[in-house]
Amino acid sequence: MSIAFTHKQSAHCENGVVSNLLRFHGMEVDEPLVFGIGSGLLFSYLPFIRLNGIPVVSYRIWPGQIFKRFSNRTGIKIERQKFSSTKTAMDALDRQLDKGQPVGMLTSVFYLDYLPAAYRFHFNAHNIIVFGKENGRYQVSDPIMEYTTELSYEDLVRARFAKGMPEPSGRMYYPVQVPAHADFEKAIWTGIKQTSHDMTQIPMPLIGTKGMKYLSKRLRKWPERIGNRKAILWLGNMIRMQEEIGTGGAGFRFIYAAFLDQASARLKNDALFELSKKLTQSGDQLREIAYYAGRVCKSRTSDIKSFGELGDMLERTAAFEHEVFSELYQLSKSR
Amino acid sequence: MKENQVPQDEENLNEGKLAKLYYATDDKGHYLKVNSIGWEPETVAMQQAWEVVNAEVEEAREKVLSGKASPILFYLKKNIMNVPMLASYVGTISPMVRLHMIPFFFHRLSDKMKAKYAATFRISVEELTDITDLKKQS
Repeated sequence: MSIAFTHKQSAHCENGVVSNLLRFHGMEVDEPLVFGIGSGLLFSYLPFIRLNGIPVVSYRIWPGQIFKRFSNRTGIKIERQKFSSTKTAMDALDRQLDKGQPVGMLTSVFYLDYLPAAYRFHFNAHNIIVFGKENGRYQVSDPIMEYTTELSYEDLVRARFAKGMPEPSGRMYYPVQVPAHADFEKAIWTGIKQTSHDMTQIPMPLIGTKGMKYLSKRLRKWPERIGNRKAILWLGNMIRMQEEIGTGGAGFRFIYAAFLDQASARLKNDALFELSKKLTQSGDQLREIAYYAGRVCKSRTSDIKSFGELGDMLERTAAFEHEVFSELYQLSKSR
Repeated sequence: MKENQVPQDEENLNEGKLAKLYYATDDKGHYLKVNSIGWEPETVAMQQAWEVVNAEVEEAREKVLSGKASPILFYLKKNIMNVPMLASYVGTISPMVRLHMIPFFFHRLSDKMKAKYAATFRISVEELTDITDLKKQS
């Protein structure tokens, strides 16, 4: 049993699953559009939450939100299920596949053997689509992969019922109602408004462009505060969050700029394209920071000068982005 | 990032399995999708994260071989787990897992409990209990 399903690669798993699932249901939305309407972009630096002793730096909203916001804003109805028993979870999946329904689900990256070993940490909020079962093996469309892959029953059970934080608990979802004509114009402006608001207007120092500024200040002091070895680890973690985890480059800036580009074409609004170009610039600056930080990590000498320079670069980018998102906020507020 | 600036660094950790998708601009600033096989700063950051993991695995191996800890510590580190996570996999509480990491208590574990640990680590019970294997791997 196999479903006629078109797989397209995407940079980020959640956008990709939404985009691929909706294409199957006859709604063609590209990845950047999903990301933008779902308001996926957000910067936050949370030094009081530590993962393996490293403070959390995040370039996105928390998992699951993009899909939730996107479906609210375009009027899609989704059926979500979670399970306590592995058998009922797999049976429920099989039933949907029998009906010809591809199913999105949460999995742990650690058990997805088709990914390169270097990526397989215990990250429990990875989204994939299962769209068929052949000879007891499940056909998987993982949005970050170029092609579709396969998983055995045992591996899929392990991935769906991984433990730790957060627990996927076999969560799965599929659209049950997709509107034929969604109001994309309104959805796009709602998405832009929320992102630009959250990036500039939240009165907390740790979130949005204020968070970037705050991080740049703290970053300069890392070597003297926590020592060379740890400072380099923390810096490496920042690069990984910005570049590794399916961000499409520069901590989602490029995807968001692509969204503004597509939105400007859809709404015939040139101002959005100008802002897209500016965001591309700020993305380039972030790439430069990552490049420079990579060199610091490689040489393993964290002299205070280089951390100071990185801090300056990040502060400049933060100020620049504050301008860009403020402009975007004014633009969306007048709608 | 321009289309032709998308990095294609041969030295990467993707094992040829993965070419990630990036968004890059054409001459006019409009966006295209471009695949990239790897970028050095990202590879460096990833290697660094794995070095920390590998150092911990090595430390755990020595502890097990010198009899200071049970093999559970080694496999816990090898699977990049932490104690609460492992406890939840084998259906117990963290303090019990910490006890089982002491050789004295590990040897007194029931076969059923050993099987649970082995299944969590995706190995056989013999592999879990026999530490001679640990000496060979390096």
